[in-house]
Amino acid sequence: MADVALRDVVKRFDRDHAVRGISLNIPDKEFVVLVGPSGCGKTTTLRMIAGLEEATAGDILIGGEVVNDVPPKDRDIAMVFQNYALYPHMTVFENMSFGLRLRRIAKAEIRSRVEQAAKILDISDLLDRRPKQLSGGQRQRVAMGRAIVRNPKVFLFDEPLSNLDAKLRVQMRTEIKRVHQQVKTTTIYVTHDQVEAMTLADRVVVMNGGRIEQVGRPQELYHRPKTRFVAGFIGSPAMNFLSCRLERNGEGLLLRLGEGLVLPVPPTHTARYQPSAGKALIFGLRPEHMTEPRGEGRDPRCEFTVTLDVVEPMGMETMVFFTVNGTEVCARVEPDAASAPGQPMRLCANLNHMHLIDPATELVL
Amino acid sequence: MTATAAVSEPARIGGGTSLRRSRRWALVTSYFFLILFAIFFLIPPYYMIVTSLKTDAEVAHLATNPWIIANGVTLEQYRLLFRETDFLIYFKNTVIVTLCVVAITMVVSVLAAFSLSRMRFWGSGMLATGIFLTYLIPDTLLFIPLFQIVRGLGLLNSYWSMVLVYPTLTVPFCTWIMIGYFQSIPKELDEAALIDGAGYTQILLKIFIPVALPGIIAAMIFAFTVSWAAFVYPIAFLFSADQQVLTVGTVTSLIKADVYKWGMLMAGALVAAAPPLLIYAFLMDYYIAGLTAGATKG
Repeated sequence: MADVALRDVVKRFDRDHAVRGISLNIPDKEFVVLVGPSGCGKTTTLRMIAGLEEATAGDILIGGEVVNDVPPKDRDIAMVFQNYALYPHMTVFENMSFGLRLRRIAKAEIRSRVEQAAKILDISDLLDRRPKQLSGGQRQRVAMGRAIVRNPKVFLFDEPLSNLDAKLRVQMRTEIKRVHQQVKTTTIYVTHDQVEAMTLADRVVVMNGGRIEQVGRPQELYHRPKTRFVAGFIGSPAMNFLSCRLERNGEGLLLRLGEGLVLPVPPTHTARYQPSAGKALIFGLRPEHMTEPRGEGRDPRCEFTVTLDVVEPMGMETMVFFTVNGTEVCARVEPDAASAPGQPMRLCANLNHMHLIDPATELVL
Repeated sequence: MTATAAVSEPARIGGGTSLRRSRRWALVTSYFFLILFAIFFLIPPYYMIVTSLKTDAEVAHLATNPWIIANGVTLEQYRLLFRETDFLIYFKNTVIVTLCVVAITMVVSVLAAFSLSRMRFWGSGMLATGIFLTYLIPDTLLFIPLFQIVRGLGLLNSYWSMVLVYPTLTVPFCTWIMIGYFQSIPKELDEAALIDGAGYTQILLKIFIPVALPGIIAAMIFAFTVSWAAFVYPIAFLFSADQQVLTVGTVTSLIKADVYKWGMLMAGALVAAAPPLLIYAFLMDYYIAGLTAGATKG
């Protein structure tokens, strides 16, 4: 077990920057998820930690030691690949014990470690099979087993669930979390799926364009995104963004969203937004914070009527889509509250959860 | 009358059995051409077998039907071939040469293919193409300069010269086949092995060779065939009977000026063709079996 640290790590492929100088501290036993769109440098970062790519600049530390020039096998890490990378000519037992056999560990010890890992992953019955006789989920378990038996300092996962079907993905997600709670090894997990990131991580690292946008606990990223990118990336469906103008209204502030749609800024937010009054900004609000008017103490000033374009019933909730100033907006309403497409609907914005973004810097105010 | 029967059959487009009919036609056509080809390619071996089982007198007799054995089956041609000619020496020489050539080819081409497909180094792509280009130079051109080299090494009229020169034909092609096979092995497999603690030698021996076994066997079959059937090099570099190989030896010892020992020629050709036939028969399944299935997704 060990902590992992990155210090100003840069990776260039020829002239293209894949990673543009990132620094990150991952304490021992933490489960960190690197998440971002494809090409954001998350996999490259993971591969540099594994030693499969050389860092162009910066230091990579595992357990306090700089490992830039240490080959992968001496870094004491284990990696689970997207396509499992099981050795096709070996049985499950041989696959899981390959690393131990190379390290000349005693046979009895190998057997007990493999059996223990197989028990954790519930694959004890499969030890004599070959990879092609296994289902996708079973292969994924074997790949994890191969990592666990090594008892490494760090687990690295490279999009391990993206080849599985939706149902299995949810199952294996829980499985990975359960395994981490049992073995408590420092884990770095790469995914492009923000739901996976939110559900698995102790801390999420959101990456974009080779840089870290924000590091934080899942709830923190959801409620207090620092940039427009993070605000839009975390959460599903994504946050709505509308251009607006922030105006003074006596003591308070008003948001003018055009077409006569004017919303009051809650008094709790006035102090924070006061310096930006009079500016053109981007207003951000998640679909779940735009609902049919409900409950007591509702503020009629936050209510407005829209004409629905599309209605998507999901069972427990319904997504309704409409346009404001030519921008599509999504709201999340109770299933029986939604009216039909083309019909007007009264909606209420919960502005306590609003965000304002400076369009020039893309930073959340 | 049941409810379902009351519903009228929906109209079918293009007749109800068109799919079945077209499949039957495809089968009939396939069988027709397959049988045609089988007959076409089996005529020469049949002719060889029939001729090798006749007496010299019957072969020479113009009035008999060459397609059937009229005067009784005899193994005389085979007895003469093994007893009276140097055929067994040729056979032994060919086996030695072929085994050595296959071994040398496999060692060189597996190592070359592994380094060219996996260790990215400056000029590796160009080298791979270069290796293939050397294969394009025909042996009928190459034997002239090779003659000088073989003579310089003092290997003229020694079957060991064949062990030296055949790999010029086999190594480039086998390397090319192996590069293709090794490149089809997912990169994650060697990365997983690297992380598991394997070095390049272990990756080659414990991962690549077992996984690429079908490819290695395909390359071996090729090297074997080339070396077993080569004609130009032995006819150019080998003169005496004790050093000769099957292809040239059979022809030179059984055709004396315009006298053809047809019976023995056919017997010799059949015996010479037996080892490749056996090897194809036994290794074909292995060759076809896709071992790589299940390595990654799918």
